[in-house]
Amino acid sequence: MNLKPLFEPRTLAVFGVSATNQRHPANVIFEKNNHRYPVEVFGVNPKGGTLHGETLYPRVADIPKKIDLAIIAARAEFVPAIITDCIRAGVKAAAVISGGFTEGGRSDLQERVVAIAQEAKFPFLGPNCLGLYVPFRVDTFFLPIERMIKPSPGNVAFVSQSGGILVDQMIKFTQQGVGMSKAVSIGNKALIREIDLLKYLLADPATKVIAFYVEGFNEGEGREFVLAADCSPKPVIIMKAGKSEEGHRAVSSHTASLAGDYASFAAAVAQHNIVEAANEQELVSFCEVLSSYTQPIDGKIGIITGSGGHGAMAVDSCAGAKLTVPQLSQMMQADLRKKLTGNIRSIASLSNPIDLTGSAVDEDFVTCAKTLSATREVDCIMVLLLPYLPGVTLDIGVRLSQVQKQFRKPIIAYIPHVEKYNMMIDGFELNGTPVSPSIEGAVQMAKALARKKPC
Amino acid sequence: MLKKEIKQILRKSKQWGWVLEPDAQKIFSLYGFDTPKYSVAKNSTDALSVVRKIGYPVVAKIVSPAIVHKSDVKGVVVGIKDEKTLLATLARFQKMEAFAGMLIAEMVKGLELIIGAKNDVQFGPMIMVGMGGVGVEIYKDISLRMAPLKNRDVDNMLNELAARKLLAGYRGEEAVSISALKKTILGFSRLVMEMRDFVESIDLNPVMCGAKSCVIADARIILKN
Repeated sequence: MNLKPLFEPRTLAVFGVSATNQRHPANVIFEKNNHRYPVEVFGVNPKGGTLHGETLYPRVADIPKKIDLAIIAARAEFVPAIITDCIRAGVKAAAVISGGFTEGGRSDLQERVVAIAQEAKFPFLGPNCLGLYVPFRVDTFFLPIERMIKPSPGNVAFVSQSGGILVDQMIKFTQQGVGMSKAVSIGNKALIREIDLLKYLLADPATKVIAFYVEGFNEGEGREFVLAADCSPKPVIIMKAGKSEEGHRAVSSHTASLAGDYASFAAAVAQHNIVEAANEQELVSFCEVLSSYTQPIDGKIGIITGSGGHGAMAVDSCAGAKLTVPQLSQMMQADLRKKLTGNIRSIASLSNPIDLTGSAVDEDFVTCAKTLSATREVDCIMVLLLPYLPGVTLDIGVRLSQVQKQFRKPIIAYIPHVEKYNMMIDGFELNGTPVSPSIEGAVQMAKALARKKPC
Repeated sequence: MLKKEIKQILRKSKQWGWVLEPDAQKIFSLYGFDTPKYSVAKNSTDALSVVRKIGYPVVAKIVSPAIVHKSDVKGVVVGIKDEKTLLATLARFQKMEAFAGMLIAEMVKGLELIIGAKNDVQFGPMIMVGMGGVGVEIYKDISLRMAPLKNRDVDNMLNELAARKLLAGYRGEEAVSISALKKTILGFSRLVMEMRDFVESIDLNPVMCGAKSCVIADARIILKN
């Protein structure tokens, strides 16, 4: 199956566009793509007619251009015939937005559509989905343009079984400054499954991190998926719902009882180099950090902060996440102390966590970051910043990012996310250093880097 | 390829939905695992002649297609040292539902582990290793991986267990032979992959691990519908 026309269409046919009902989902899709994205858009309606002076075509074959992608939001019972028309007219792919298939008790209709498509090797997303969003390319979500939150273009692709979770996650990516390459809703995943998208995205130059929201894999497909992800140089992240959906059937062996659906899921994904996000917050943190750093670490964390409490909190979280905060060697501490500015040289505590105290200035943070970057004693640096300290300036983000780029050792920052500190946060994020809104979140980011190395 | 005898046992057992213990033990010994010396007796003459060959102490277990969980119905008696207890146990078992015999096996010593398998709908065969015995589901000290296991997977699994200190010989106890344990787990993973079309889940519980070997003291194989 060639999925390229799905993600990079030049021509679009939207089925079910109404000449009279502006709130029809097909109209929303037609309007938001027409003249806004670099695609030519055509409306299809069996009754013909016009919409704002543009022709609505009775059949896809009537459209004067070859169509790459069909977006089908017509009633479920019409979908088999529409797919057949599309195949005959040489359409290359489709997104079936319509519901009313297996999820509504009509698995017969879904099976018919799949059979028709399979015979013609015709790829389609859905049914019962939102389709896909590719920044500056195409947007098949039937959500009014003025209400949709669109993350900035970036390198994270997110594939979701639920359209609602997808849109919600796009809001959270935006809040956290995580850029996206693709957002895909697969709904009933009748034909195109997680594994197909994984394979496509592994080869997609625009994508560096591949994230999934999964409720469950079809029979045997979990195995196929984890095996495909195992050797992936691109980080694969997965968030699972439906973890508690078990215990209802009688189990006749201890193993079957202990290795339940979710236990097996968690074990299989962790074994195969996939990072499992426990919740939405972790998902965003993992995507952000892995889109900056793809090289796995062992998990020896060096902490730089201006407050003993921040360091202590972070050490506790690190222990919970199976990360170590090794004490720095006496030699390194002595060397570091000499380089610090005079006002903190005698009061800073340097064993790790490094507490530079409230009197530290930018230069002290940069000195510590450079020293920790140059040693093998730690393999990841966490900077817990107190943006209200008088000696810390707006330049701190860009200066620490430069250290990170020079030494190629991951730096993760923590700054409270309030509007007042946005410019400081941008100094990090726009220069490629991830920033978490909480200490716990910064530790989660480090945990994601300490994943299993690709096979 | 599965041996013909193993296939025959699996086919015969389908009527009960699981494999009776003597047959399960046979599968594992045919595949080259260490199993205790055992035999099945239906009456007291048989029982006494089995014990003459094996020697006291022995363990006696009910064999019945109606009883999957033997301990729950007091269908396992360990440490039988004399004829009187042996025959009294036999008499009690004979009254149990669908009595098909009494399995008499030599007593094996060691650390009680569980090695299990489950055929997962999404991920296929999964292998579990953990602390065994009747408290398996209480302590839940287990580690789980997708089969087939690689050598490195088994190392990681054993490292994950809280019981890893017991494996290394805790407080003067004899350490478990890690090479025998790993060999057993890897062999089990291979067998599970070969039986995947037939099997729903397997408990080897307990597997008795000592300084030299790991012996499968009890095996339960639940078949696919």
